[in-house]
Amino acid sequence: MKNYDLVIVGGGPAGLAAAVSARDAGIESILIIERDKELGGILNQCIHNGFGLHTFQEELTGPEYASRFIAQVAERGIAYKLNTMVMDISSDKRVTAMNREDGMFEIQAKAVILAMGCRERSRGALNIPGFRPAGIFSAGTAQRLVNMEGYMPGREVVILGSGDIGLIMARRMTLEGAKVKVVAELMPYSGGLKRNIVQCLDDFGIPLKLSHTVVDIEGKKRVEAVTIAEVGPDRKPIPGTEERYTCDTLLLSCGLIPENELSKSAGVTLNPVTSGPVVGDNLETNVEGIFACGNVLHVHDLVDYVSQEAAAAGRNAAQYIKNGAKTDARTVEILPVDGVRYTVPKFIRPQEMDDKLTVRFRVGGVYRNCSIATYFDDELIARRKRPVMAPGEMEQVVLDKKKLGDYPNLNKITIRIEEA
Amino acid sequence: MYDVAIIGAGVVGSAIARELSKYQASICVIEREEDVCSGTSKANSAIIHAGFDAACGSLKARLNVRGNAMMDQLAKDLDIPFQRNGSLVVCTKEQDPAGLETLLEKGKKNGVPDLRIIERGELLSMEPNISDDAVCALYAPTGGIVCPFHMTMAFAENAYTNGVSFFLNTCVESIAKTADGYALRTVHTDTKEAETFEAKIVVNAAGVYADTFNNMVSSHKLHITARKGEYCLLDKDAGTHVSHTIFQLPSKMGKGVLVTPTVHGNLLVGPTAVDVEDKESLNTTQDGLDSLTATASRSVKNVPMRQVITSFAGLRAHEDSDDFVIGEAADARGFINAAGIESPGLSSAPAIGEMVAEIVTQLLPLTEKSDFVSTRKGILRPETLSMEERNRLIREQPAYGNIICRCEMITEGEIIDAIRRPLGARSLDGVKRRTRAGMGRCQAGFCSPRTMEILEREASMSIYDITKNGVGGAIVIGTNKEI
Repeated sequence: MKNYDLVIVGGGPAGLAAAVSARDAGIESILIIERDKELGGILNQCIHNGFGLHTFQEELTGPEYASRFIAQVAERGIAYKLNTMVMDISSDKRVTAMNREDGMFEIQAKAVILAMGCRERSRGALNIPGFRPAGIFSAGTAQRLVNMEGYMPGREVVILGSGDIGLIMARRMTLEGAKVKVVAELMPYSGGLKRNIVQCLDDFGIPLKLSHTVVDIEGKKRVEAVTIAEVGPDRKPIPGTEERYTCDTLLLSCGLIPENELSKSAGVTLNPVTSGPVVGDNLETNVEGIFACGNVLHVHDLVDYVSQEAAAAGRNAAQYIKNGAKTDARTVEILPVDGVRYTVPKFIRPQEMDDKLTVRFRVGGVYRNCSIATYFDDELIARRKRPVMAPGEMEQVVLDKKKLGDYPNLNKITIRIEEA
Repeated sequence: MYDVAIIGAGVVGSAIARELSKYQASICVIEREEDVCSGTSKANSAIIHAGFDAACGSLKARLNVRGNAMMDQLAKDLDIPFQRNGSLVVCTKEQDPAGLETLLEKGKKNGVPDLRIIERGELLSMEPNISDDAVCALYAPTGGIVCPFHMTMAFAENAYTNGVSFFLNTCVESIAKTADGYALRTVHTDTKEAETFEAKIVVNAAGVYADTFNNMVSSHKLHITARKGEYCLLDKDAGTHVSHTIFQLPSKMGKGVLVTPTVHGNLLVGPTAVDVEDKESLNTTQDGLDSLTATASRSVKNVPMRQVITSFAGLRAHEDSDDFVIGEAADARGFINAAGIESPGLSSAPAIGEMVAEIVTQLLPLTEKSDFVSTRKGILRPETLSMEERNRLIREQPAYGNIICRCEMITEGEIIDAIRRPLGARSLDGVKRRTRAGMGRCQAGFCSPRTMEILEREASMSIYDITKNGVGGAIVIGTNKEI
């Protein structure tokens, strides 16, 4: 069995940034395990621009953004294994992995960072009725076919779901010669970034139908038509509102699911709202020495935030490897209420947390001219007005360690959305 | 001129082919779809019924009980995933437990071993998630679960190994009587080329279309109705929600649905039962899927329907006589029907194979082979090996170290095996049914481009000829900007 101080599962943006920061925090023995043939993760197929405005103050494509971090990993001589699948992680941080050259092997790690990313919700999980022909793709699969392999999955396209990948693919398919007829979205609001709706749909005259879903798929071998219908407040189709679109392709962009099968085998507790691990301020899961960051923890809107979060996970894992577990038994829970769906982290250790801690979350609906309010127990601590908040975009609150020092008997922190 | 031509490479046609391949005879199987196991055999409850349900004295009853008894040896010989998990017919407090007694008596008459009625206490200890309304159940320990894909492929591959020819993508258009048998005029579904097969004996195992073929040669008309059954398949996380196959005691509300683990560790809920006009209507419906949730809860509580990973529909071939129609058509010598094979057809298939082979050998004196290969190995599952064995395998064949389907942890080695073996996979669904690659929770989102690459290489296929499930189902249609 090999030994490493830190094993990072996944070589996408989260894993790369975590590796760099752990090395910079003094950890020499690091191994990144990546299942694909190159580092960079899903960014490699995101050839559109708009990445890195926060991190590098410039607009990069996905591969460019990834390459910056890959270069940092290379400069630091951090070890990685490609084409290698992690098969299992045990609660005592033994990682079992496999590839063609080494076969199946075990690594004992002092700490593990989970950075496996997420997967797309499938047609099956959405339980869309109809036939099951070829021509139904998750948007990400279509993106891979088009952007990595140069193959077109279809000519006439209907898209269900207005997640960012779906919006991006509406534009990509159009640019590559296909006709995107409509984007249907179950919710009364888009799940994607505003800028993507403008740049990928509006600019190309592609209609976005909110509160609509697919109610039938026709075609025995290949998709021939898709019927969409309006849904009521209960999200059930309204009879009589059906519209049939002839098409050969249905793309699905209906949400991303953190990929936590390995986490579960390690005994990591998941938050049912995010489907990601429950973590404290240092991004450590309930299993000591196992940390999580990036989309495996909660689905992010911008990769820049993934990198920031992952850098924190890398630092914290380094801290753990050098100094052992946190000693502060006192934790304060963060309660998400009134429109705040969840927070990451879910609790903090006021005495051992970073001086400034970013708490990230998403809201459960569209809020105009409302405020994000933070309470320490019942006392209003901060209130920040936001002109628009929507589920497609992450929000944040920064907690100040010094300020928390003034509340030694604090029981809970509440974050809520309030009328302005 | 073939001795025997079998129409249909579902589980029935394949089981018949395998039985007949024990004899010195020239046999062909003609299948419309691109793969074996592409009709009713691929979309059903995946159950080996105990045999208490069918009417006493019916073919269904006799062949079900016989088929069930044959499964242990077949599973061993042909490497078929099969497990006797036992089945339970649950009676709820609104229902009359006398219904269970009737089933028990029927089962005993049918020859089902070890049947007994259990009370709530025992039921609850066997199935903690049983409905709060469940009061007692009929327990059939011989009930089992099977992989219908592997069962069909095992028969077909073994038949192939023993010399049976398979013609896929070949659609029988008409059947004409000839001097010494029949002429089957076919057309290739892709090339549209016509070809005529002549055979002394024709076996009609054409599923929902068996009536069409019978009616081409016989004035004793059959009428088969396609009865649609919709199912939901749940994530392996839900696979232990029940451990037995849970049926519901039929009532005025209908036959109910079953909730069962699958032999691969998922949970299966279904089927609905709706007669349909179109024998190709394999679509699921909102009403059907919605009804499953409500109906399942009558026997099993808290079925985690949020963990559905896919839903599908299958068509049962219901003949008006309400029994299997097996035997030579009275006015068409040498034309043997295996028709109306609805539930318990999968369970009965091994016995149908025996029965039809017997009928054939009565019509045509055939000599048994001395070199019949009675066993077949399935696709090696590396997960069943120890780490040392697995590493030895990977050293010899590195493809077994490369995971392609991350949900089911299927390696490139398994996919290559699925493509290279007899009657190998030529489509994504073909690979999926053989290896489970793409059958997991992401439903092929991750692995399909990778599986396509392997098919392209191993089967020397053009990427544009790679389909989901046969002719007309291409995955990609051109290159960027060139469509």
